[in-house]
Order: sequence, then structure tokens, then C-alpha cells
Amino acid sequence: MGSALALALLTMQFPVLARSQSTTPPAAATIPGAQLIQPEQLKMLLSAAASTRPLILQVGSRLMFDQAHIPGSEYAGPGSRDEGLNRLRGRVKTLAKQGFIVLYCGCCPWDRCPNVGGAYKILHDMGFTNVKVLYIAQNFGADWVNKGYPV
Amino acid sequence: MFHCSIVASLLATVLLASSHDSLAQSLVNRKAPHFVRHDLTGQSIDTAQLKGKVVLLNFWATWCAPCQIEMPMFSSWQKQYAPRGLEVIGISMDDDTSPVRKLVNALSIDYPIALGDAALGKRYGGVLGLPLTFLIDRKGIVRSRFQGETDPRKIEASLQTLMAGR
Repeated sequence: MGSALALALLTMQFPVLARSQSTTPPAAATIPGAQLIQPEQLKMLLSAAASTRPLILQVGSRLMFDQAHIPGSEYAGPGSRDEGLNRLRGRVKTLAKQGFIVLYCGCCPWDRCPNVGGAYKILHDMGFTNVKVLYIAQNFGADWVNKGYPV
Repeated sequence: MFHCSIVASLLATVLLASSHDSLAQSLVNRKAPHFVRHDLTGQSIDTAQLKGKVVLLNFWATWCAPCQIEMPMFSSWQKQYAPRGLEVIGISMDDDTSPVRKLVNALSIDYPIALGDAALGKRYGGVLGLPLTFLIDRKGIVRSRFQGETDPRKIEASLQTLMAGR
């Protein structure tokens, strides 16, 4: 009740938030837990044989991707906007549906991320069966770069 | 040989971790990187002209919900503390200006907003999560760095300290 009231007050105060509620992309919390991969697990996969390495797609901010990204990853976002989702669709449309794909963002804390939920849903709806999403608790800087993982 | 390569890898990891983290933290107590940008109204923002001011430099984006909550507060601080020399500058990390203009108008933000880029982000230690706010003293030295959602009272308390200084 308290959080609903707080949200109501916030959306009255901030009209853009109110508008964004009606067109809000799926939240990161909609991604099933079994489809999450932890940073340390993905880091290990980076040094695996090429045949077992996933296709890694960053579906967040282009400017953040340009500053630092996981080696070998490609930009395919932002997942919060139609042009980003179209970019993602275009990138994967010729891929085998059982291919191993990892999505990530890292723009903001997981429960605030506007990008990964929509991106995951697109791939799920396209029939991809082996998609994981990198769980980034705070942001890419704190949970990947500052841990010394490769960029 | 095998042990040497493990040690080398571990050392490289530690050094890389410390270099990325320390680049961000190393800005604190150092001169704020200079930049010149044009804001959304076309006015020039030249940080070299801000000596003598206390600067709140906020990196944000339209898709960042916590940013949208902070910004009206920064706007109110700009009005309240302008007589004490506060200058608030917003750097949007969006890809284009259209959503930025819409949001700035919707939130009635009246401090200068300019578009950032990867180069500016890197000079500020890497903008790899939002919001990111720097407080810069009257001599142009970065004194605080706030990454992510931050209790506004912390930011305001740090601002008060800087504004009390010469």
C-alpha cells in the first residue's frame, strides 16, 4: 500500500514517469531466474573455446558501450526503444534458434533497467531457446569493470 | 611455466581492476577535466569559466528513472543556492537530443543541459552507470563523486561544505 501511494505521488509529481508507466517496457524482474547468468560465470565463458562461447549482445546505452564493453560483444540496443528492438531483431533473425546468446545492459541497478526485459522478451517470442541475461546488480562499472573483468 | 601464467593472469586482473576503479576514484581531489559544450539552447558551457563557482556536474539519461527523480531537486538547489555560487550542469548520455528536450521541458529543468559522448565519459573516469554526479569546488577540483541512486541529503551536505569554502 505504502509503495503504491509513493508511486502515485511520484507519477503525479513527475508526468514523464506517469507517461512512461503506460508504455513501460517489461521489467528485468520478468526474466526467469533460470535465464540469468552471473558476471563471474560469463567471465569464465569468455576464455572457453570459441565453439562454446555465446554471442554477447549489449542492449543498453550506445554511449556506455562505446566507453567499455565485454570483449567480443556487439551493440544491439537500446531494448527500451523500438529502434533498439528492431536492431536486435535484425541481428538475430538469421541465427539458429538454439544458439547460445547472452544479453546484457548495466545502465542502472537491475530492478531499474529499462532495457533487458524487453530485449529478452523479443528473443523469447522469436523462438530462441538458449538465451541468458547477465545479472548486473548495480551497473556495468561496479559489477564488471571495477572487478577487473575484461573490457 | 603453468604457475607463472596463473600468477601473471592474477596480477593482470588485480592491476586492471585497480586501474579502472582507481581512474574513477582518482578524479577525486584532482582537477576536473575541462570541456566546452553547447547546451540545448545553444549557449556555450565552458568549465574554465566556472572558477569561483561550486559545480554540481550530473551525468544522466532519459531512460534512467532515478535520474528523473534527482533532476527536479537539482533544479531547486540551483535556484536556492545560486546566490552562494552554485552552478548545476547536466550532461545527458542519450544518443540524440529529441527525447532529452522533451524530458527537460516536462520536468521544467532550467539549468544547462548538454549532450555527452563516450570521450567525455572516459575523461570523467568512465560513465558506466547512471546517475553519476560530481561536486567540484571553487578552484575546479573534484571533491565528491556519487555513483547511482544516492541519498540527496548526502549530496546536499557535501554541497553545503563546498559552498561554505572560498
